[in-house]
Amino acid sequence: MTATEERAATAEIGRDRRRKEDQRLITGRTRWTDNITLPGMLHLAMVRSPFAHATIRSIDTSAARTSANVVTVLTGADIADDQGVIINAWPITKDQVSPTHLPMPSDRATFAGEIVAVVVARSAAEARDAAELVDVDYEELPAAVDLKESAADTVLAHPDLGTNKSALWTFDSGEAGTGGDVEETIDKARSDGIVIEREYRQQRLIPAFMEPRSTVVDPTGEQITMWSATQIPHVLRFALAATTGVPESKIRVVAPDVGGGFGGKLQTTPEEFITFAVARRLGKPVKYTETRSESLVACHHGRDQWQKLTLAAEKDGTVTGLKVELLADLGSYNALLGGGTPVLGAFMFNAIYKFQAYHFSVQTVLTNKTWTDAYRGAGRPEATFAIERIMDELAAELGVDPLEIRERNWIKHDEFPYTTVCGLEYDSGNYEAATERAKEMIGYDELRAEQKQRRESGDRVQLGIGVSTFTEMCGLAPSRVLGSLDYGAGGWEHASVRMLATGKVELVTGVSPHGQGHETAFSQIVADRLGVPFEDVEVLHGDTQVAHKGMDTYGSRSLVIGGEAVVKAADRVIEKARPIAAHLLEASVDDLDFAGGRFSVRGTDQGLTIQEVALATFAAHNYPEGIEPYIDAEATYDPINFNFPHGTHLCAMEVDTETGAVRMRKYVCCDDIGNIINPLIVAGQVHGGVTQGIAQALFEEAVYDDAGTLVSGSLVDYLVPTAADLISFDIDHTTSPSLTNTLGTKGVGEAGTIASTPAVVNAIVDAVRHLGVNDIQMPCTPERVWKAVQGVGAGGDDPTAGAAMPHFDEQEGGAQ
Amino acid sequence: MIPAQFDYVAPTSVDEALAALAERGDDAKVIAGGQSLLPVLRMRLNAPEVVIDIGRIDALRGIRDDGDAIVIGATTTHAEVGASSLVYDNAALVTKAVEHLADAQIRHRGTFGGALAHADPAGDLGAPALALGAQFVIAGTGGTRTVGADEFFVDLFETAIGDGELLTEVRIPKHTGWGAHYEKFVRVAHQWPIVAVAATVKADGGTISEARVGLTNMGSTPLRATAVEQALVGQPATEDAVRQAAAAAAEGTNPPSDLNGDRDYRRHLATVLTRRAVLAAAGG
Repeated sequence: MTATEERAATAEIGRDRRRKEDQRLITGRTRWTDNITLPGMLHLAMVRSPFAHATIRSIDTSAARTSANVVTVLTGADIADDQGVIINAWPITKDQVSPTHLPMPSDRATFAGEIVAVVVARSAAEARDAAELVDVDYEELPAAVDLKESAADTVLAHPDLGTNKSALWTFDSGEAGTGGDVEETIDKARSDGIVIEREYRQQRLIPAFMEPRSTVVDPTGEQITMWSATQIPHVLRFALAATTGVPESKIRVVAPDVGGGFGGKLQTTPEEFITFAVARRLGKPVKYTETRSESLVACHHGRDQWQKLTLAAEKDGTVTGLKVELLADLGSYNALLGGGTPVLGAFMFNAIYKFQAYHFSVQTVLTNKTWTDAYRGAGRPEATFAIERIMDELAAELGVDPLEIRERNWIKHDEFPYTTVCGLEYDSGNYEAATERAKEMIGYDELRAEQKQRRESGDRVQLGIGVSTFTEMCGLAPSRVLGSLDYGAGGWEHASVRMLATGKVELVTGVSPHGQGHETAFSQIVADRLGVPFEDVEVLHGDTQVAHKGMDTYGSRSLVIGGEAVVKAADRVIEKARPIAAHLLEASVDDLDFAGGRFSVRGTDQGLTIQEVALATFAAHNYPEGIEPYIDAEATYDPINFNFPHGTHLCAMEVDTETGAVRMRKYVCCDDIGNIINPLIVAGQVHGGVTQGIAQALFEEAVYDDAGTLVSGSLVDYLVPTAADLISFDIDHTTSPSLTNTLGTKGVGEAGTIASTPAVVNAIVDAVRHLGVNDIQMPCTPERVWKAVQGVGAGGDDPTAGAAMPHFDEQEGGAQ
Repeated sequence: MIPAQFDYVAPTSVDEALAALAERGDDAKVIAGGQSLLPVLRMRLNAPEVVIDIGRIDALRGIRDDGDAIVIGATTTHAEVGASSLVYDNAALVTKAVEHLADAQIRHRGTFGGALAHADPAGDLGAPALALGAQFVIAGTGGTRTVGADEFFVDLFETAIGDGELLTEVRIPKHTGWGAHYEKFVRVAHQWPIVAVAATVKADGGTISEARVGLTNMGSTPLRATAVEQALVGQPATEDAVRQAAAAAAEGTNPPSDLNGDRDYRRHLATVLTRRAVLAAAGG
């Protein structure tokens, strides 16, 4: 009928719905953790080590204890028995060397920022005042700071372990039977082909999410309730139960509205464990909210690798072998994923290219710095950067266009499904189509002509065009694969659909959004699947009491795994409603069609909407014998494969050779992320993702001094770009639906970040390559670019040195 | 971030403010727009016992014409200075520097006198004030005195404002008809300049007759590139001539090294930016 036609005409999937959660998120009139205030709640302030490595000789808390309205001051020794342990869920090798990670150590501080005492007071201000009165007697120890030096064990981050080398993880295509012997390809290339060897630096980054972390714990009910600004409430509950002895059933964890994470809240933190321990000790609700300074120093950091690549190719530029050797800085502990983050990149260095042989190794290294873990892309940005940079080097070696060398080596669209040299099966893709569209969007040939003209005229401003034809693996992850990698959990996801008496629908999902727009996108899926109005769907998440099963949000998994669970649960609702509808319509089940939210009896105008069936089921006055009056349904979905979005990103950069300043002229991308649920949300993810990748290329770096102090410890020195520093990106899509989920979707949360960094750096290097430059270390500061143009090496090992700018360090003088 | 506790005083006249300063002396900090002091308090880099808020003293706010000078009250906001045609017509260099100072929110809170009294060598107002020969009017319990820009900036975060004194207004000699440009070099827009150059020139028929050049963040105070100024006199406003003169821009400077660049890079930048600033000021 007409209703059906109207529904079809206004299909929710594919519609650019404004996000239903934005009003409350943007105005802040919502349940951010720090907005939660409980009766009699106490406040915590943390005392943190100023030293990167120091023995704690003694802690004098007497002055702090007598400070106004202080309830107590606790040290690691005070809560030793019930503080639990921070877990590492992914020991990457059987013999991984890993220090025990206590939330609050009592003997030794292992990085500048580690918590050594906690003050509890009636107000946050009083807690902060008293924290300054805690007197810790430290004996400073030598600190392991530099990654390469630490890998050589010159200074030990944990002297009792005897080494900084935590784990060596390798993959070899010859041994795995997925490809040839890489050494053979390199030897052959040395004699009659091309070998390119490069070393790249992935600088340390800080996730810098908008909402600082905050935790509230209420121990006064039968269950201890923890609200926390986390991406992973379910993992957090498990970790608390597993290490504190409190039964899992006695703990409820709620991630209320969470203001960003980018992987930075994919962690179970000392702050959460300490807050939990203090609440249990005192029997009162307590809150801890970090300052921005604490967030920058104590939230886990990302990237921080040295990457050594050897690429073998035939004379015509056909790639044959790739050998990757990584050093990865763990910081002072193996964090939740820890060394697993670089391993997530292990299968992506070969990217979209048809290598015959591949070898990967990563040596993880302990240092006395903030621990590292997942940061938007987690392993894949590093892989994509390295391969896309070195493919440009191969093109330069051959004197051909960087797109030409890629086309010569990439998987053709008619070769899918394609099993890579790592043994992964890429289900779908079309690199030719995405590249063609991106070239058209940027005006590739015109830009190349302008570049040539600027080079010939010796223009002060040179132009470069950067290419990144990326793919990535996301949708973490098939549980069997995780098991084979010794990961400590599965990768399934859960959803349930609850049909309420009034016809409204509650969707409960086990993923835990922190800004992505799940409430909108999942409502669209349910609205289409069940044929109910978008407005009638409520998405519930992030509370272990409501969403009792879940694996949370990271790794671009929510839609491709969580969304598939939603589809399956919704489809089960329809199947459970079908016999009830048939009964009410006095028709055979086989004569019912379901479309547009309505069961109709074929060949008649008789029908019932699913919402009417929900009401009838609630009343339960009339339903078939032998079934239960219940049409709610749930589903747990374990993916059968990873998910492989891809795309071509092109970037034009102008380089002022006189100052080294770079200016982005144009940025276009054509991403293939399969079918799109909400193009507006996708555009937001692409713009934000691309920006975060550009930030690594140009602006951001966590810099430590020789003593192990974070120099870029405020947003004055850790340069997060704003809209004023960027241009508007042109984005478009080609569509090769994924073959491994019902909706044909692919992940998009990390794609932009993974793709954009090499596009920008390739553009800058391309602009000045004719001046003898073949690398510039990230971030490509004007100083580094200028030095490179001057012929002073700015690639390879060129650490950022110097102090922070002292704008606020004024004890004297007259601020007015 | 929570500051340590402090008392708060909000006088409504300069005399009251000076009395409060005299009474609390070393324990007091003066606050105007608070754009530098509040971060210091919140990060607990300083914990004064009393904060004296001069934001309610009407006499300290506003811009007026005073014959051969324009006078800017100490608590006039950057936004007000930036929007003033009186300032633009007679000291365009100030307008140009204020245009890109920090961001719009800070420009609506931060004050002209406050930023100068803070004396951050990377602040955007010191170099223009120095280049234009600004006079700083400082009030104390014994009366007011006037200090020239060349004596006002003493060192990093240190000015000629003494204990118990207050900067009340800044007098800027009129440079009516002079071209002006503030060339600021940053990595991100909201950053303090890595180096910036404030140039204002008087040009007649393509020839520079007078020039003033101030340097931001090239030492512990704003600096004047006097060698450049002298070399420019009588020169045509052409790329080559200005390049030659600007080559001396880093003479006598002592720039810092920090995460954004070392001192040699800053010296190099100073010469490039000086050339660009002067050419832009001369309309070239």
